[in-house]
Amino acid sequence: MVSFPIPNPEKMGSDPIYSRIPLVEAELAADRASQSDPALAWLWSLLEQVRDPEIPVLSVRELGVLRALESTASGLRVMITPTWSGCPAMHTIEQDIRAVLEAAGVAPVTVSMRLAPAWTTDWITPGARESLRRYGVAPPAMTSPDAGAADPAPACPQCGSTATRCISEFGSTACKSLWQCRDCSEPFDAFKRL
Amino acid sequence: MHDTQALFDYTLGLADDSLVLGQRISEWCSHAPFLEEDVALANVALDYIGRARMFFGYAAELDGAGRDEDALAYLRDCRQYRNLLILELPRGDFAFSTARQFLVDAFQLPFLEALCASRDPQLAAIAGKAVKESRYHYRRSRDWILRLGDGTAESHRRLQSALEEIWGYTHEMFRAGAAEQGLVEAGIAPDRIALRSRWDALVTPVLEEATLTRPPDTWSVDGGRDGIHTEHLGHLLAELQFLQRSYPGLQW
Ligand SMILES: [Zn+2]
Repeated sequence: MVSFPIPNPEKMGSDPIYSRIPLVEAELAADRASQSDPALAWLWSLLEQVRDPEIPVLSVRELGVLRALESTASGLRVMITPTWSGCPAMHTIEQDIRAVLEAAGVAPVTVSMRLAPAWTTDWITPGARESLRRYGVAPPAMTSPDAGAADPAPACPQCGSTATRCISEFGSTACKSLWQCRDCSEPFDAFKRL
Repeated sequence: MHDTQALFDYTLGLADDSLVLGQRISEWCSHAPFLEEDVALANVALDYIGRARMFFGYAAELDGAGRDEDALAYLRDCRQYRNLLILELPRGDFAFSTARQFLVDAFQLPFLEALCASRDPQLAAIAGKAVKESRYHYRRSRDWILRLGDGTAESHRRLQSALEEIWGYTHEMFRAGAAEQGLVEAGIAPDRIALRSRWDALVTPVLEEATLTRPPDTWSVDGGRDGIHTEHLGHLLAELQFLQRSYPGLQW
């Protein structure tokens, strides 16, 4: 088991090491601790069944929506975070999580919604990026420090060509943009980086 | 110091802003000039309705009267709505909606960036999500300004006249009442007056590049934050609230 130290904000000001090493936010460090907790491993694999309703090749864990599980005296607490503000899938995801846990006899369950730190496509796992590509959706580029910059052109998920053009930054769902490949002419969805 | 009432009123104003604009944009569904734009507008509308839900949800937590987010959205009348007037104006033609969206997106960006630093953790968290979406919104509406302004004689004429029609409503975005000013001093609300130069920097060069003329600041209207609205809000709410008014407590 790998453990991630939780940064102590009071120490950060005085210790010069913190100005050189990028820190993991406390919430994310706690998420990772939960994700690698052996006592919770069976629940994590159980919840792999919960897929994104609109992109069923991804589990909500791989998508970065399912953040943490916490076993408490009053039951299991499930922490999820929304993707885009208006994403209509969040309600379905919450219901699916409850249904899977209920079917496995896990009770009681609380599902909490956490807004900060805000979800980012950087949390989509490498395996999920490959699943997206095979599904025909170009995976998102990693976010850039220049937040206002347009997304770089994605490679065509069908033929791999990088000669692609953006048709619309708003695709079939809020999280995707619409592109076309100049080589094989296929139109395709690309996951927007956020 | 601030009180809960001021924070509630402020949050409710932001919720009303998001809901009213989201509803206006959603009116374009199946009416946009082409399919991709129809989808884009529906996406932007959903983002605004999503942030309205987050603000209403937080307002409901602060509400002394114990109303939930649905009661706040569906069971208040015009005079209790606190949105800015620019957001309630009818959608007009595509040039008018584009002009409004651009001027509002250019405000939302610096406003949300500043709200991310709010001392209120929940407002900061909502802003942290919304600001990332507003970057996409601004890029889209800026591209449309360039395309229509520097497009045909007809698209240029329509966009220029939309800007002139709407310009006097932009000033209300930079005004704050006494209660909001108290929240500014408490580090909770961004100072709207200070955002004007950032807004100018996002608006003026784009208008120039699009060969449009920035309208003069000769008139302005306000009143939305005090519940004094144009005649258009009532029609919008009639449609938005119809089901809950006719079938109270109805659920999907
Ligand atoms: Zn291709």
